Amino acid sequence: MTRVTLHALLSHWWRSPLQLFTLLAGLALATALWSGVQAVNAEARASYRAASTTLGEGSYDRLARRDGQPIDLTTYVALRRAGWLVSPVITGRLNDVRIIGVEPLTAPGSMGAAEMAQGADVAGFIAGQGQMFGSADVAARLPDFTVIISENAAPNTAVTDIGIAQDILGRSGEIDSLVIVPEQPIRQADLEQIAPNLIRQRAQQSTDTAQLTDSFHLNLTAFGLLSFAVGIFIVNGAIGLAFEQRRPVIRTLRALGVPLRRLVLLMAAELMIFSMVAGVVGVFLGYVIAALLLPDVAATLRGLYGADVSGTLQLRPSWWVSGLAIALGGTAVAATGALWKLSKMPLLAAAQKRALAMAAGRRAGLQAMIAAILLTICLILCITAQGLIAGFALLACLLIGAALGLPFVLDRVLSLASRGAKSIVAQWFWADTRQQLPGLSLALMALLLAMAANVGVSTMVSSFRTTFTGFLEQRLTSELYVDTANPAQADTFVAYATPRVDAVLPIMSSQTTIADQPTEIYGTRDHATYRDNWQMLEAARDHWDTTFAGQTILLNEQLARRGGLSVGDRVTVLGREMPIAGIYGDYGNPIGQAIIAEDLFAEIYPEITPDRFGVRIAPERVPDFIAALSAETDLSAAQTINQAGIKALSLAIFERTFTVTTVLNILTLTVAGFAILMSLLTLASMRVPQLAPAWAMGMTRAQLGRLELLRAVLLAVLTAVIALPLGLALAWALLSVVNVAAFGWKLPMYLFPMDYARLGLFALIAAALAALWPARRLARTPPADLLKVFSNER
Amino acid sequence: MNVKALIFCLLPITAQAQGFAGLGTEVEGYAVPQPNRIFTFPEDHGPHSDYRIEWWYLTANLTGPDGTDYGLQWTLFRSALAPEEGVGWTAAQLWMGHAAVTTPDAHYVSERLGRGGIGQAGVTADPFAAWIDDWTLSGDWTTLAMSASGSDFAYDMELTAQGPLVFHGDAGFSVKSAEGQASYYYSQPYFDIAGVLTLPDGDVPVTGHAWLDREWSSQPLGANQTGWDWFSLSFDDGAKLMGFRLQQTDGADFTSATWIAPDGTSTAMADGAFTAAPLDENAQGVPVRWHVTLPARDVDVTVTAINDNAWMTTSVPYWEGPVTVTGSHQGHGYLEMTGYE
Repeated sequence: MTRVTLHALLSHWWRSPLQLFTLLAGLALATALWSGVQAVNAEARASYRAASTTLGEGSYDRLARRDGQPIDLTTYVALRRAGWLVSPVITGRLNDVRIIGVEPLTAPGSMGAAEMAQGADVAGFIAGQGQMFGSADVAARLPDFTVIISENAAPNTAVTDIGIAQDILGRSGEIDSLVIVPEQPIRQADLEQIAPNLIRQRAQQSTDTAQLTDSFHLNLTAFGLLSFAVGIFIVNGAIGLAFEQRRPVIRTLRALGVPLRRLVLLMAAELMIFSMVAGVVGVFLGYVIAALLLPDVAATLRGLYGADVSGTLQLRPSWWVSGLAIALGGTAVAATGALWKLSKMPLLAAAQKRALAMAAGRRAGLQAMIAAILLTICLILCITAQGLIAGFALLACLLIGAALGLPFVLDRVLSLASRGAKSIVAQWFWADTRQQLPGLSLALMALLLAMAANVGVSTMVSSFRTTFTGFLEQRLTSELYVDTANPAQADTFVAYATPRVDAVLPIMSSQTTIADQPTEIYGTRDHATYRDNWQMLEAARDHWDTTFAGQTILLNEQLARRGGLSVGDRVTVLGREMPIAGIYGDYGNPIGQAIIAEDLFAEIYPEITPDRFGVRIAPERVPDFIAALSAETDLSAAQTINQAGIKALSLAIFERTFTVTTVLNILTLTVAGFAILMSLLTLASMRVPQLAPAWAMGMTRAQLGRLELLRAVLLAVLTAVIALPLGLALAWALLSVVNVAAFGWKLPMYLFPMDYARLGLFALIAAALAALWPARRLARTPPADLLKVFSNER
Repeated sequence: MNVKALIFCLLPITAQAQGFAGLGTEVEGYAVPQPNRIFTFPEDHGPHSDYRIEWWYLTANLTGPDGTDYGLQWTLFRSALAPEEGVGWTAAQLWMGHAAVTTPDAHYVSERLGRGGIGQAGVTADPFAAWIDDWTLSGDWTTLAMSASGSDFAYDMELTAQGPLVFHGDAGFSVKSAEGQASYYYSQPYFDIAGVLTLPDGDVPVTGHAWLDREWSSQPLGANQTGWDWFSLSFDDGAKLMGFRLQQTDGADFTSATWIAPDGTSTAMADGAFTAAPLDENAQGVPVRWHVTLPARDVDVTVTAINDNAWMTTSVPYWEGPVTVTGSHQGHGYLEMTGYE
């Protein structure tokens, strides 16, 4: 019985291959977008984790020569013998592979030694036989060496013993830097005595980029989720349609004695098989999408870390699992309603030819009600939402509520429009459009979500970029930054630089606790640099005047949020109570920060003297000044940071982010366009009975075709008009709720009308293209088919 | 991966290695200890690169001004990747230093690793100096200066020898198993030691007695030997006893001992003459109280750890700490136990 029943059920798909294709393609595309975005995320994360652990950069302080020259072996051994636990590193390039030479016995923690335990053999690595660790592509480019392939090796990097690295790089006896092991003995000689020509470089404050890239990945993930939601709407539509059309078959089967339970199980099994097939195709497509996107992401990371990052993709088993799981889960979500209805269907319910449309019509009221409830919850959450879960709940309510409300809103709009219609044709057009609405509503919901997602994510990414650029301007106002090694050098620098530049701004900081939050407190000199460039999110009048007078304090946003503080509140800094005069944005910084006047700082921390300086100087004079500085004082070029370089780097990163977003935008719109095409094709065959009378009354088939096209474009325009505010609401939720919950800072929202106009145009083109083929088919319907309607309607 | 795991792969101590810490692995290419060796000094205080492993191993029982007992360890291991010296990064000698200070309620440990051939670690015979990083043991063996440091302790000590070198086994040829595995092994058990321990609570001036072991071999353990319990005991009457028990996978033991009379004359004791039986274990399952006998010299004593938790959290972990001796003889000493996890 099972076989026969299954055969009867499946026969529907043989008769409607297009529907089967819609179902499979929708699910596959949804899975593809989801798994593609996940793949890009995972690969990017894996890449820079490997890159940062291999290099040990960012995690350890280092010693390097002041003049940037290599360190010799004698200095290394002298430091070790003076109790300095340091480990030598040399880097270079061979056949375009980054070679990193490490000394495994003294290297700290994970540095350089990623996964070396597997397949390592002592004599091979240490005793000069040239053993290396790297990825497979590295092995191919270093044919003369024994490269042990390590899954987690940093891309384009080979790790080997320092002795071998010196040898193959032709730099015998040279060491680039000495990594300082975190745990040092309780006694050791002063660095000044052992190696006066070395300078300690602090570990990179990598938190900034880590936070920013996390935020970038959160954006991508949100995007992937939205894309998947769009796909699920398509699948839901296809499944719903198939169920409605199979009502007669189901009724007959039930009448023949097939138990309801078995029927439901069989239909569920059928769908699961489809979703597996679509899932496999989707993961594969996702892989293709990821492979196309990854070079951009890789370039972004190369910019971030200045290190090689793999631009190629490894197909990881976890993608298959998550891709198939999401396909199955999505189908289950999309099919639950249909299966539930099937189980409740009266045994002898009449087969209804236009069941879908009518059912949808009946549902519209209920949908509108649910939409109203969801949007109300959404409004409440807007005000109350705290935390990431609430943020995502807000997003979900907003999107689902808006999508469910769409048919109702469109229906109202069309009804209003039809009142203004004068001519008979116009009246018929509006009425016919309203009548078609239920059948198209799922596709239009998909379009709505796709457009809203695009508007939202573009707004977010652009706001992100605008804010970050402004932030860089604000924070890196000084043209040059100088790190000094000790107070004497700091004095030398100030004496040297003061007459030669526009201003020398000391940067003094200390760790403290404000409002129970760990905080970095900065003593700042009264200078136009700060007054002109720092943007306050919230500020009292004359906030700079009072702060520089030592009466008030400025806090960053993170500290204010975590401490529940706002302007006017009083905080205590080492026993001194003072009011908060302003709160400033501090994007990407994980910890609290506060600013007080230079004099006050000196009073509170008399033992701290400035060792970092910002230098105001005409940008074109920077290179000459650095050259003169290193020639005439004991400061080296390595101790200076030219901020123009930092800014250029950061901006390049965001250009890349932009490319990725654009590509994803186009893909989502394609999915939505596809949904419209499929809905129209499905409806086309059912519409002949409705069009035949219009044709019989004298409208040409070409006229009817044009009206079909117009209708699709009109509906798309209406949807786009609704999508714009929805997208902006989405962006607002992402920037002001989700980002705050995830990272502790709020991004100001900027509007980009030109982008939205372009998006709207794309959406219209997508809708028009999707409607073109069905319209053409209609225009070419043989008159015989139209005539048949009158001879043999049912 | 941490350095610990790395050293496991780098020192010849891999899964397929046999015996404790790979000490039972094959010896191809390396020299093997033979009986009737004539020792020459100071040369033999220096390294023997044609043998695979070697150590300079000093332990000391110390007393603070308030009578508190302390233990101290300074050890330098040499492990060869090939039976040759070499200069520069390609040198095939690896060095590992262990230093520890044990108090009745704390145990401070530090480990250093280094490459031979570049000057970071090594041993020279004349003048004698053994070092790794800032740790040193140097002098002419009549007097020695010694220092070491870790992240939470340090010490500086002066040692003065009060007696002759003692050769274990057959004139320094010490048999380790029934199959004949052996090492060269001699000691200077007669050091007086004085100096300062730098501990988290401050400096402590200490005095006491130290015992310096020298041993080298290429395969000191049999393939079926998984660890040892080693005792160096100094009795109040001036006699000393070095004894060890090697644990075998078949459950049997191999024991060996050297009886050192107060006048410095030594007698090697054959397998079975010395017995050591665990009485109590610490929480970790390591025996910290032992019943030790040497019937031939009427020794029947209980050996008790001063601090039960003297576990060396080094690349190759083991237990090493000071002990007190009670029973037929009174005294103090050091206990080392390997092969416990």
